[in-house]
Amino acid sequence: MSAVLDHPDHAHDAHDHHAPTGWRRWVFATNHKDIGTLYLLFSFTMLMFGGVLALLLRAELFQPGLQLVNPELFNQLTTMHGLIMVFGAIMPAFVGFANWMIPLQIGASDMAFARMNNFSFWLLIPAALMLGTSFLLPGGAMAGGWTMYAPLSLQLGPSMDAGIFAMHLMGASSIMGSINIIVTILNMRAPGMTLMKMPMFCWTWLITAYLLIAVMPVLAGAITMTLTDRHFGTTFFNPAGGGDPVMFQHIFWFFGHPEVYIMILPAFGIVSQIIPAFSRKRLFGYASMVYATGAIAIMSFVVWAHHMFTTGMPVTGQLFFMYSTMLIAVPTGVKIFNWIATMWKGSMTFETPMLWAVGFIFVFVIGGLTGVILSVAPIDIQLQDTYYVVAHFHYVLVAGSLFAMFGGYYYWSPKWTGVMYSETRGKIHFWWSLISFNVTFFPMHFLGLAGMPRRYADYPMQFADFNALASVGAFLFGFAQVYFFFLVVLPAMRGKGVPSKQNPWMDEGGKGAEGLEWEVPSPAPFHTFETPPKLDATATRVIG
Amino acid sequence: MNLTNLLNLSETMGKVTRLGIRHAGALGISALAWAGTAAYAVNDLAGGPGVNQLNLHPAVTKIAEEQHWLHWFMMIVCVVIFVAVFGVMFYSILKHRKSVGHKAANFHESTLVEIAWTIVPFVIVIAMALPATKVLVASKDTTGADLTIKATGIQWKWGYDYIKGEGEGIGFVSTLDTAHRQMSNNGGPKAGEAPDNYLLKVDNPLVVPVNKKVRIITTANDVIHAFAVPSFGIKQDAIPGFVRDTWFRAEKTGDFYGQCQELCGKEHAYMPIHVKVVSAQDYTAWVAVKAKEAAAKADDPSKVWTLVDLKARGEKVYAANCAACHQPNGKGAGPIKPLDGSAIVLDTDHAKQIRILLNGAAGGAMPSWKALSDTDLAAVASYTKNSWSNQTGVIVQPAEIQAQRGKPG
Repeated sequence: MSAVLDHPDHAHDAHDHHAPTGWRRWVFATNHKDIGTLYLLFSFTMLMFGGVLALLLRAELFQPGLQLVNPELFNQLTTMHGLIMVFGAIMPAFVGFANWMIPLQIGASDMAFARMNNFSFWLLIPAALMLGTSFLLPGGAMAGGWTMYAPLSLQLGPSMDAGIFAMHLMGASSIMGSINIIVTILNMRAPGMTLMKMPMFCWTWLITAYLLIAVMPVLAGAITMTLTDRHFGTTFFNPAGGGDPVMFQHIFWFFGHPEVYIMILPAFGIVSQIIPAFSRKRLFGYASMVYATGAIAIMSFVVWAHHMFTTGMPVTGQLFFMYSTMLIAVPTGVKIFNWIATMWKGSMTFETPMLWAVGFIFVFVIGGLTGVILSVAPIDIQLQDTYYVVAHFHYVLVAGSLFAMFGGYYYWSPKWTGVMYSETRGKIHFWWSLISFNVTFFPMHFLGLAGMPRRYADYPMQFADFNALASVGAFLFGFAQVYFFFLVVLPAMRGKGVPSKQNPWMDEGGKGAEGLEWEVPSPAPFHTFETPPKLDATATRVIG
Repeated sequence: MNLTNLLNLSETMGKVTRLGIRHAGALGISALAWAGTAAYAVNDLAGGPGVNQLNLHPAVTKIAEEQHWLHWFMMIVCVVIFVAVFGVMFYSILKHRKSVGHKAANFHESTLVEIAWTIVPFVIVIAMALPATKVLVASKDTTGADLTIKATGIQWKWGYDYIKGEGEGIGFVSTLDTAHRQMSNNGGPKAGEAPDNYLLKVDNPLVVPVNKKVRIITTANDVIHAFAVPSFGIKQDAIPGFVRDTWFRAEKTGDFYGQCQELCGKEHAYMPIHVKVVSAQDYTAWVAVKAKEAAAKADDPSKVWTLVDLKARGEKVYAANCAACHQPNGKGAGPIKPLDGSAIVLDTDHAKQIRILLNGAAGGAMPSWKALSDTDLAAVASYTKNSWSNQTGVIVQPAEIQAQRGKPG
């Protein structure tokens, strides 16, 4: 049974002339699936670019002393690695998932604003080019860290301006993408798909989109003030004219902390789809999952200054931000417990998506617990700006966001491409990534506890062994992703592999993945749900 | 487009490839041994990092000790939670799998359980917050200090000024040992010759008395730096235009090390902190020596120097302040302008170079050096005018520097 086949006039698709071909299909794309594909390919390209920068860093840090890059270039590499991974890889990748999956999951024909959707993707290209080519500007690329703290940002060369403009474009793109997602979810759900029956992935993205709309303008404000400080004689952040450098940090982290959740909530959504499918059991505590997501989002606005415990806040300020940060552990814990309760007494199988999801929970919790440790201000005084923090946020961003997205890829790619990936290759990719990830980042906890500062081009001899180990791990991790692209993604894009069933995750007993995306054929046709489908009571099946 | 930078990048790629080829066979354990501390024969540095140290530095202040205790407490709580949560998960993974014939149950909510696992973490969080609050409040109490020292972050060194208490009036700048900086540029220490205090050795350590409450006021000249000494459990950003403070009471004598912890530009990794904690008597003796030195050093800016003396002094000033960027050979590097053959250095109008020294240039990439004395600036200007291929025979007298101070750049 297939929902799309409910159009008796199959000719409809044939005379549907706006399925363009060649380059026009992509440049003028208005189809949510095509735009989703563009987003995903773009973000993977940026992941590789940011990854190469990271490997240059790790190569330099393989042993003490400067061998490959000078300190100027080293700072450029750390800065660009951070910016590209955050704004170029993780954020657009989730928008790609949203584009592909949200209309399919809620039974909508497309995103609400198809042309704006096109624009928000294509804005990313000039932004990425401006960021990437800033290495060629006089003085090299941005070198003040991805946090762009003033007044160091006021000293930098023209690449800082290029970076500011690139971030403005990316911010505009994110805001448009978010408006699109909110309007699509609120207005285009199929009849019967009430908000509280909506798949978790849509819920997490709905909340993420609100976060994005709330904080991207704040970032835009901060970097615009930096720009006017640099060129138009203002002194918002320049102490020479009475400005306050710490104010930049407050504004930046008011954006920056919700940003952290922007990068993790959709990951929670993906994992909340995968765990029930492979446990053959409904998601435990659906309602509390929704509330926990909302709670995390709201609380993310009142914790920002935990990034600034060493700036010398008054003690009451430190106490407030310490308590509020610790509290975030509660709703996050609820989510973890819900996932485990979903698995409890299920009938689990461990295909690649499930491996990634379980791996995600395991490694993300390590990052979460180090987060709780960092929230304790007196301990943070020791660990702030050390490798402990680097380890912590890579555990939540790589093992968190990225692992969830890999899970999402293996889970949904049969629907996207119409072919099954190779289970063996998927498993190799998973274990290879999981092990090399931990080899890379686990030793960094020790480096941080021992006091090795982050963003250092060279370090005391005593740190040499762990750095060498981390570098070896980083290269292995990098190669795992090259393997993923050439042996998993490329074959799928070429249509090589066993054709996928409409619902590859439904076992012979009729248990497994549920949701409207599995009600359309594989690969999903160019147009789906052109007329609103009629749904059953659970809003997971199309009944006519 | 900047070709040097592009070349730089492509050269780096080439180096990576060559390194990769050279060590392709050795990757893995043997590579680790080759790169690791074993090959360098490095020892633990007392008061600094230990070889492959796994935990925080041994504490020498009450606050650091409490931080240790808090960290252990948090670690234990977190490990217990971790083991409990994943014990359940892995039990479930082993028992509730389809391959062992487990049939899926049907439950999907339980208000009681959900309330329980919201409240229990909440209680745990409060249990964590209470001791943390105590330590935090104690660590922020900077009142009643015996000695107050201002630490000024300067790209890329630390300036220390004794503001209040015994030794009041002492002030000096503390810079990474130039040999260490050079070692770093030359690809790092050679095996067997690596100093245990690599990148942590400074010319003038901060000297403080043991068992006295020392208040550190931080500020900065240019960008944000951070003053940190892990053994004391302190880390405080040094913010230009603002003063912040922190404190410690060291309970042991000895040498303790830290590094700048806030990205402050290209030499970020090369501005270490070395605190020497000495007994009360030794401290008094040190203060006396410093006072004598200061009296002897007080330069009369109207003194007229000979070129030989001034150049000799300039060489030291250059090595401590300028060589990191402009290089000992005066050739500069990348965006750093060469001084050897520089039109500004060779100009007969001395004011051009002096104003750049005083006010900085290139939007702060060349910082202002007005903190140096007139004599030091005159010495370094004379040195650059008479070194490498610059053999002008011209001398810049301290009075010329004094005349340019305060004039706009």
